[in-house]
Amino acid sequence: MKKRYLALLLTPIAGVAAQQLSEQAPKVTAQQFVNLQQGETAHPGFRRAHAKGICVTGEFRSNGKLVEYSEASLFETGAIPFTGRFSVAGNNPTAPDLKAPVRSFALSFATSSTEQWRIAMNTPPVMAVKDPHTFYQQIQAIQAGSEAIQAFFAEHPETSEFLNWKAQYQPSGSFAAEIYNSINAFYLVNSAGEKQAVRWAMQPSVAVSADNLEGVDALHEEITHRVAKENVVFDWVFTLANDEDDENNPTQAWPDSRKQIIAGQVVITAVTPQLEGECHGINYDPLVLPTGIEATRDPILRARSAAYAESYRRRAKEALMGELEEPGNE
Amino acid sequence: MSNTQKFSLSMRLFHWAMAALIISMLAAGLLMVRSLEPWQLTILTVHKAFGVVAAVLVIARLVNRFFHQIPALPNDLSNLQKFVAQAAHWLLYLLLFAMPISGYLMQYFAARPADVFGWFRLPAALNVDIQTYALFRELHGWLALALVALVALHIAAALHHHFIRKDNVLKSML
Ligand code: HEM
Ligand code: HEM
Repeated sequence: MKKRYLALLLTPIAGVAAQQLSEQAPKVTAQQFVNLQQGETAHPGFRRAHAKGICVTGEFRSNGKLVEYSEASLFETGAIPFTGRFSVAGNNPTAPDLKAPVRSFALSFATSSTEQWRIAMNTPPVMAVKDPHTFYQQIQAIQAGSEAIQAFFAEHPETSEFLNWKAQYQPSGSFAAEIYNSINAFYLVNSAGEKQAVRWAMQPSVAVSADNLEGVDALHEEITHRVAKENVVFDWVFTLANDEDDENNPTQAWPDSRKQIIAGQVVITAVTPQLEGECHGINYDPLVLPTGIEATRDPILRARSAAYAESYRRRAKEALMGELEEPGNE
Repeated sequence: MSNTQKFSLSMRLFHWAMAALIISMLAAGLLMVRSLEPWQLTILTVHKAFGVVAAVLVIARLVNRFFHQIPALPNDLSNLQKFVAQAAHWLLYLLLFAMPISGYLMQYFAARPADVFGWFRLPAALNVDIQTYALFRELHGWLALALVALVALHIAAALHHHFIRKDNVLKSML
């Protein structure tokens, strides 16, 4: 009899423990996440992730095809300027470009004093994991070395689509020649209040081989030379989900058969080193959205705002205190 | 001798409505800057909108205060105690102003328009000024901590009056 009471008493504890051991990764805070990203020695004044990058400016030439799906004024036919940024993943502002596993493209549209849109995109089309706490474990495993990351992938079957992409991905020889993906889904909302879940990608208009590239700043130098000669153009391609697609799961791509709409061209006309350009001061938080675009409940997307704010707060304070040091290339 | 006067009904309503609002705002703020959960965005949006409500309320409250008689502090308080009590109250008002203003200016200089209950959006700068953002971001954080401390002191003082001094101070606000 006594034993049974004891067992009853222990049930909730066992339950909690079992849950911790099975699906759920332990919860981490925005501060813990950014601590992990920034590593042992922070680089004062720089982003704690995607620290190395370059500012670009240009305009989005909209063809008007998304007007029926979204109220965002950006989609009306016409051109609107942006401040963007190419970057490579990692916390080191002087890291070798070609070693980075992920390349990125961010955009900021300041449409009016009440409408802003920030976008941050990466080369993979999907995330390896579904929530920020498991993502934290993935980064820990990456930092711990190849055995740990193999074990992590083996324990997490949801990483399979990401791994398939990684196996076939061939890095190009230019920021201008990559495909950049929203990864997370968003809703387009039209004036009737109808919502359509979408993902998008920037599709390049050039192919560039990586064969002759070398040097720590290979991609930065390449894009600087390229834009001096010609505009860099991407098609902005939206993919529309249907009822079978889960817009809250960033580990799964939607089938190729889904409707796609090209909203126009993103045209880059100038490049500036990041510390001299406007892009350095911007927090490309993907949850800064204009009227006509809304966030899904995707747990990865929803985690981004607090983490970006924490990184932004740290580097902004360092900038204010005059701690930002331009790192030299050793 | 303590006097028996009460605060006017409108003043009591302002007081308790704002007490609930400010404590919720502090709790929401402290939680949302740490959380990576899906509700973070929702709380953040609500925080900014109710922050605007708080700003409007504190102005209305001060205007209302101007038209009403304030119950005098108990006579058995020393002049120093009276001074501290009044200084603490004006400091509270100051922080109730400074919180929404620093919150708004932080968003303004980060070029982030804030949505207010879907009615309208607070305008923001077109271009970011990261250093000015940093100034107001740090201010918002430090002033919030000062406000938490002052609210705690305020509650402790009210309870002290009620249970230890057994005067009419807390009752005058009920
Ligand atoms: C839970 C998931 C994620 C976390 C915690 C996270 C965290 C961060 C942080 C802290 C920064 C630095 C922000 C700053 O100081 O301005 C950053 C930058 C960035 N992130 Fe993420 N990230 C996440 C997911 C993603 C995803 C899914 C993408 C791509 C679709 C992405 C793309 C980028 C890009 C492109 C930048 C650099 C933006 C720029 O040029 O300023 N991130 N991320
Ligand atoms: C009575 C009014 C307000 C109170 C008591 C309040 C309180 C707080 C607190 C306690 C925090 C957390 C600070 C920290 O941990 O460093 C916070 C953060 C924040 N507040 Fe307020 N707030 C108020 C009004 C506003 C207003 C009007 C806005 C904007 C329109 C605003 C925007 C923010 C933002 C954006 C953050 C998060 C910053 C970040 O993630 O870096 N607040 N607030």
